[in-house]
Amino acid sequence: MSVVPAEVLPGSALAVEETVREAAELGPRARLWPALAAVYRAQLSRARVARIPLLFVATFQSIGIMILMRGVVDGGGEAQAVVAGSSVLVVAFVALNLLAQYFGQLRASGGLDHYATLPVPPAAVVLGAAGAYASFTVPGTVVTAVFGCVLFGLPFAHLWVLIAVIPLAGAALAGLGAALGLLAPRPELATLLGQLGMSAALLLGVLPADRMPEAVRFARDLLPSTYGVEAFARTFGPNPDWAFVLGDLAVCGVVGVVSLAVATWAYRRAAVR
Amino acid sequence: MCAVRGLAKTYPAVRGRRGVPATPEVRATDDVRLDIRRGEIFGLLGPNGAGKTTLVRQLTGLMRPDRGSVEILGHDIVRHPERASRILAYLGQESTALDDLTVSLAAETTGRLRGLQSRQARAERDAVLDELGLTSLAGRPLRKLSGGQRRLACFAAALVGQRPFLVLDEPTSGMDPVARRAVWGAVDRRRAEHGTTVLLVTHNVIEAETVLDRVAVLDRGRVIACDTPTGLKEQVAGEVRVDLVWRESAPLHVPEVAALRDRAVESGRRWTLRLAPEEARTVVATVTGGSAFAALDDFTLTTPSLEDVYLALGGAARQGLVKA
Repeated sequence: MSVVPAEVLPGSALAVEETVREAAELGPRARLWPALAAVYRAQLSRARVARIPLLFVATFQSIGIMILMRGVVDGGGEAQAVVAGSSVLVVAFVALNLLAQYFGQLRASGGLDHYATLPVPPAAVVLGAAGAYASFTVPGTVVTAVFGCVLFGLPFAHLWVLIAVIPLAGAALAGLGAALGLLAPRPELATLLGQLGMSAALLLGVLPADRMPEAVRFARDLLPSTYGVEAFARTFGPNPDWAFVLGDLAVCGVVGVVSLAVATWAYRRAAVR
Repeated sequence: MCAVRGLAKTYPAVRGRRGVPATPEVRATDDVRLDIRRGEIFGLLGPNGAGKTTLVRQLTGLMRPDRGSVEILGHDIVRHPERASRILAYLGQESTALDDLTVSLAAETTGRLRGLQSRQARAERDAVLDELGLTSLAGRPLRKLSGGQRRLACFAAALVGQRPFLVLDEPTSGMDPVARRAVWGAVDRRRAEHGTTVLLVTHNVIEAETVLDRVAVLDRGRVIACDTPTGLKEQVAGEVRVDLVWRESAPLHVPEVAALRDRAVESGRRWTLRLAPEEARTVVATVTGGSAFAALDDFTLTTPSLEDVYLALGGAARQGLVKA
């Protein structure tokens, strides 16, 4: 099948033993931002193909929870918490649960080899995937928030704060999801951890905090999604205290940076064994 | 171009758990020494579990060896595994990272991640898809393609962003003859134009004989032979293979046939014998005449293939390589 005899090849070595000892020039390295953009674009297109049904599930789940809570909660602060919690739950479902599953499966099936044999910075792979999953939550989160405002008669005035809440809560939860997926020794475990993380975000984020026992409230404080929920819930009030909103969002941001750094480290560890 | 010295990797023993039997310590590669020259297609041949994949993972910087050195184009890959990705393109057996992408986006993204500018990546993508006859499938996600087409799309992704060294792990598995031709055509063009070197992992003995310049036979982590396919076959030139297929069972009442039984490898109705040419002629004469012929369904006489070389060299897997 080979139509070129080896003797005519340039630099053919069948006849001449190699004499060049100098190191050959290395191919270019992919730089962080272009590589990140390429991974982001590819992941977003992947998500479009494979994840749309799941986005519907995530949105309907949140809307269903709000309808259920409508019978229990009678407006006021509790309604704000329910709407904010349900909206952030969409982010938790996609960014934490689905991303943990994705990285878990990619690692187990040897798919990471593809990225590991390309000259791409680990941060670009992790941030590109996390960013794509976080962006993918936008429509579901917005639909849930708007529906919740209508259902509970909350003001629409400050819904713009979602522009900050989605990326920051998204970064925190996607970073956590990526780290769990890459660190879990088996893919089933990654799936389990992702599901547990989402259940925690559901129970601790949607249910009003005032009725919880002390220990559960402590657990709630440990969960990064809580700060996204709090920041969003505060903006429904007549005079939101923007310093607290910023503080909550800052916590999300810090958790996001730390968890994405851990995920990047976990990727590096998983890629080369 | 690629020099491997004393490469060794041992997987530690795994203690058994409930439902999972314990596995002993495994030497996946054991003091491997190889020299791959520039511009050649070098093959790694061996049965499942011979250590081919482990060796390839060590060459591509995906796994650190316990001992030994790997030098590719003057770069020490054991000390600087990250440099491997800037010298070589690797086509692994798994496509999970690309499965949900379209053929076009898979190739373009891979090119971008190999450091190409976006315009350059698009141009190379179009050229490679055209070269491999994939243009009509460009908009389809890999997941929706047949196994052979998906493999070809992954091969396309491996070619975007020129590399002087291609490491291909069973590139043509599941492909139809047209796709195979496209693969070897593309490899030959790169060899002729750029002096590209290829390391090929394969199970397919026939393909190995036709495309490889040199081949290393691996068995239980060791290189048991390394030569051109023809050179290897000369080592067993004194033997031919006789396959006898009986209608129901062997006619053991014929003394000549009964005498052969000890030397035959039996599998169902088939007997496989490795004999000197003179003996083979006698055997064929015996079974095609007299009462043995009534029991004979079919017989073949073949000159040695790489599979016979492997068996003659004392390969552990007595059933031979996986796909003949």
